[in-house]
Amino acid sequence: MGTGDGITQIRGTGVPVEGDDIDTDRIIPARYLKEITFTNMGRYAFFDERFDESGKARPHPMNDPGFDGAAILVVNKNFGCGSSREHAPQAIIRRGIRAIIGESFAEIFAGNCMVLGVPTVTAGEGEVRDLMASIRETPKMELCVDLPEKRVSYNGKKIAVRISDVVWSALTEGTWDSTRLMLANLDLVRQTAQRIPYLADDRK
Amino acid sequence: MSGRSLFRKVWDMHTVAKLPTGQVQLFIGLHLVHEVTSPQAFDMLREQGLTPAFPQRTFATVDHIVPTAVQTRPFADSQAEEMMSAIERNTRDFGIPLYGLGDSHQGIVHVIGPELGLTQPGMTIACGDSHTSTHGAFGSLAFGIGTSQVKDVLATQCLAMEELRVRRIRVSGALRRGVYAKDVILAIIRKLGVKGGIGYAYEYGGDTVDRMTMEERMSICNMSIEGGARVGYINPDETTYAYVRGRERAPSGEAFDRAVAFWKSIASDPDARYDDTAELSAAEIEPMVTWGITPGQAVGIKERLLEIRDFPENERKSVELAFRHMGLDPGQPMEGLPIHVAFIGSCTNSRLSDLREAAAIVRGKKVSAGVRALVVPGSQAVKRDAEREGLDRVFADAGFEWRGAGCSMCLAMNPDRLQGREICASSSNRNFIGRQGSPTGRTILMSPAMVAAAAVRGRLTDVREMMN
Repeated sequence: MGTGDGITQIRGTGVPVEGDDIDTDRIIPARYLKEITFTNMGRYAFFDERFDESGKARPHPMNDPGFDGAAILVVNKNFGCGSSREHAPQAIIRRGIRAIIGESFAEIFAGNCMVLGVPTVTAGEGEVRDLMASIRETPKMELCVDLPEKRVSYNGKKIAVRISDVVWSALTEGTWDSTRLMLANLDLVRQTAQRIPYLADDRK
Repeated sequence: MSGRSLFRKVWDMHTVAKLPTGQVQLFIGLHLVHEVTSPQAFDMLREQGLTPAFPQRTFATVDHIVPTAVQTRPFADSQAEEMMSAIERNTRDFGIPLYGLGDSHQGIVHVIGPELGLTQPGMTIACGDSHTSTHGAFGSLAFGIGTSQVKDVLATQCLAMEELRVRRIRVSGALRRGVYAKDVILAIIRKLGVKGGIGYAYEYGGDTVDRMTMEERMSICNMSIEGGARVGYINPDETTYAYVRGRERAPSGEAFDRAVAFWKSIASDPDARYDDTAELSAAEIEPMVTWGITPGQAVGIKERLLEIRDFPENERKSVELAFRHMGLDPGQPMEGLPIHVAFIGSCTNSRLSDLREAAAIVRGKKVSAGVRALVVPGSQAVKRDAEREGLDRVFADAGFEWRGAGCSMCLAMNPDRLQGREICASSSNRNFIGRQGSPTGRTILMSPAMVAAAAVRGRLTDVREMMN
């Protein structure tokens, strides 16, 4: 994963999930963290927002058949705040999401997305509002997240988006597998350990 | 040339290389592992044929899923049992020490790291848990990470990280009676916002912080992430050295003296440059309670909630959701609000000093009829120490349940959870919707002493009224 080809364009329909500060407990409630693999996480995405306590479906974009098959999630501010649980992006990605557009993202969440090869790109409040409105109006409309151009296009419109330099380079160059990148430097890691005072006991 | 911050010094010392992505490959001096976010990482290691690069720098414990009432194995919850077996197997297979269930050192990962002396100044620390920032209280850079990064640390002892900016937050003046470290961090988050810390490390300082004990400093650093800051730290000083001295995993004898010299060297220089600064006056901080669904939605216990129109326009939708979920009205006071559950515990406030503060309020009194109250010590060691002082009796006599060590009702992965729309006065760190196990449950964050006061009165109470 994450070596060789980079990601250029992500095309697909969108799904808007509105609200600021949507935390990772809302994205995936803690009781679903009891499984020891990520395999089923897609089922549990936004579970308590999608279903009431009797299991009855509630109105939620991810329950709306109109948005079925969406590849691009659109959100507002500080999405993914709270816990570091990778279960949150795993749940979203396992429902077919391959890119997220929002006003802003919590840092750990965005980092977790990156290592899974999913870009988190940001746009202004008005731009996100307009994008959400267009998707609701025309759910089958195709969006395109163009990473090299840092641009999202839909419905004949083009909006410039921001993306961190690191995420941009990792995804466009296909170098988001950080384990592989860092394993290549294991000799340097050992050299660094040599100069860190508190590791002296380990060296004995 | 201006001086360097602790962040800069520790970051530079641990920098291995610049990666092609522009990130820094950062050596991690201490890796802490718990049962929930690690099994997938160990599976990835196996799938990729990798082994831990520095297994002696990783330590594991169990906390999140641990039942704190009945701990006999196998657990009644088969998923919890499976998760427990997984970490036992994984740590055995990969040669990692485990402070497991029944071990005298078991406890919440952010409580036992400092307790054992594993956590030391000048270290880089990582753990698959966002409250890892707690360890920053010692002057370490401590990062909460995702599971793929747990795999990174196991395989390479490194993280791929982007450098953070540093905001110095200075708190000055004397705290008023009944105002605790928890109130200080809630006031900081209220002031700077839950998104204010994105991209920043928070350096807390000022004479108020300088006078704090290590346990108080841990409560402050613990909630950095609730303000959006991935890392929060406090420069090490005599208080820090005195805490670390003599602990099981801390250096001793001459090695301790050498360590202190190193710890002194990594503290921020007096003329260190910061990317931003903020100031708070301790005297203005009241006992705080949250009223909403983010830790930034907090008020002093004597305040009334704002009217919707008093919030910035672009926050009103979120604020309306918060009022709706909490069943509260704009303009109403928080004081006097009835509660159903009182929870004292979590990596924020489950240490001995927290239990002492709560016990001082509870002593000789009874939990209000109809309130379910529990105390969950942060570790087996905290539990033992508290029992030695008789705090367990104080709580039990008042009608609190006295439990084993774990995360418990902070995130409700074990059997302790809210039912339906219950309101919980909680010493934990998150008041997110559904956080305490019931999708419609309601969490109000506050200091342990304030939780104790609410438990006794059955309603939110200004703890100062109950102090002699």
